[in-house]
Amino acid sequence: MVNLIWALLAIIGIVYAAFNGTMEDVNKAIFSTLDEAVMIALSLAGVLIFWLGLMKIAEEAGLLKGLAKLFRPFVRKIFPDIPENDPALGYILSNMTANMFGLGNAATPMGLKAMNELKRLSNSQEASRSMITLLAINTSSLTLIPTTVIAIRMKYGSEDPTSIVGATILATIISTCAALLIDRYFYYRRKRLMRT
Amino acid sequence: MISIWLIPGIILIVLITATLKNVPAYEVFVEGSKEGIQIAISLLPFLLGMMVSIAIFQASGAMGAILHLFEPVTRAVGFPEEILPLAFIRPISGTAALSMTTELIRTYGPDSFIGHLASVMQGSTDTTLYIITVYFGAVGIKKMGDALKVGLLADLVGIIASVIVVVILFS
Repeated sequence: MVNLIWALLAIIGIVYAAFNGTMEDVNKAIFSTLDEAVMIALSLAGVLIFWLGLMKIAEEAGLLKGLAKLFRPFVRKIFPDIPENDPALGYILSNMTANMFGLGNAATPMGLKAMNELKRLSNSQEASRSMITLLAINTSSLTLIPTTVIAIRMKYGSEDPTSIVGATILATIISTCAALLIDRYFYYRRKRLMRT
Repeated sequence: MISIWLIPGIILIVLITATLKNVPAYEVFVEGSKEGIQIAISLLPFLLGMMVSIAIFQASGAMGAILHLFEPVTRAVGFPEEILPLAFIRPISGTAALSMTTELIRTYGPDSFIGHLASVMQGSTDTTLYIITVYFGAVGIKKMGDALKVGLLADLVGIIASVIVVVILFS
């Protein structure tokens, strides 16, 4: 599916540009995006190097295990496939906590490390059940404090920049619950398909 | 602002615990962070490929044209059409969504209905395509299973939920 979406976006774009006379914009966009992608990967590299180092210390010091223990009943329900006391749980929880507090650039490294741990568990090129669940949680964004949005609202003179916090939390809870339910539904569907 | 204290606070807790437990903090830090370089390099091809394709789609004007096609449908169900481009772009491109949110807040005012809706929509979902690309790219997963479907369906629910929540809370 990703192969198709990826190819179609570019194909439709180029064909449309041919009729729409925007080929020059397309050319510009291609090359400026190359730079942009490398810049994003580079700035991600800095964040990754720092947080993965720090989280390794947290792991060795037993902090991740403590965090995993604290939320065990809750996380085991969402991720039933991960063995108890596995370090993957600690990274998943760090990722979720960082997301909640709007620490986007700390959440990504921990999420990626969690994916690495999940890959160690599944040992396959295919996405495992837990990986899809982790992605579902991350794409629906479990934010409690939407810092960027509050900053934009302040900049444009909002009388009450934080007025949207309650609404955002409500919407994010609905979308995260929906993500988990949809994820479960697809999991059971996969299982059914495999049996027949 | 509490958020200024969060990251230094985390660093402080981690380093104090490590020192108390005699963990060789600096050595462990260096060892752990090496993995970061590897992850960053391995996700670059995934990220770059996806971004180029999205950029072509956007710059050609095809995306705007497709949005235009959807306008009658959204008008029929009463979805505020000013917000439609944002709802459509939010799962695809984070930077584009952020600039669109900024533009909507600037144009309609942060405390207007559209301003509230754009703020909630921007804050309550994330860029699904980017997250899937980066997360799977980092560990070299090629078969993504149902991840994309799950993510996009959850986005749809999130967008509808934002509209309903804002309508109930702000009008």
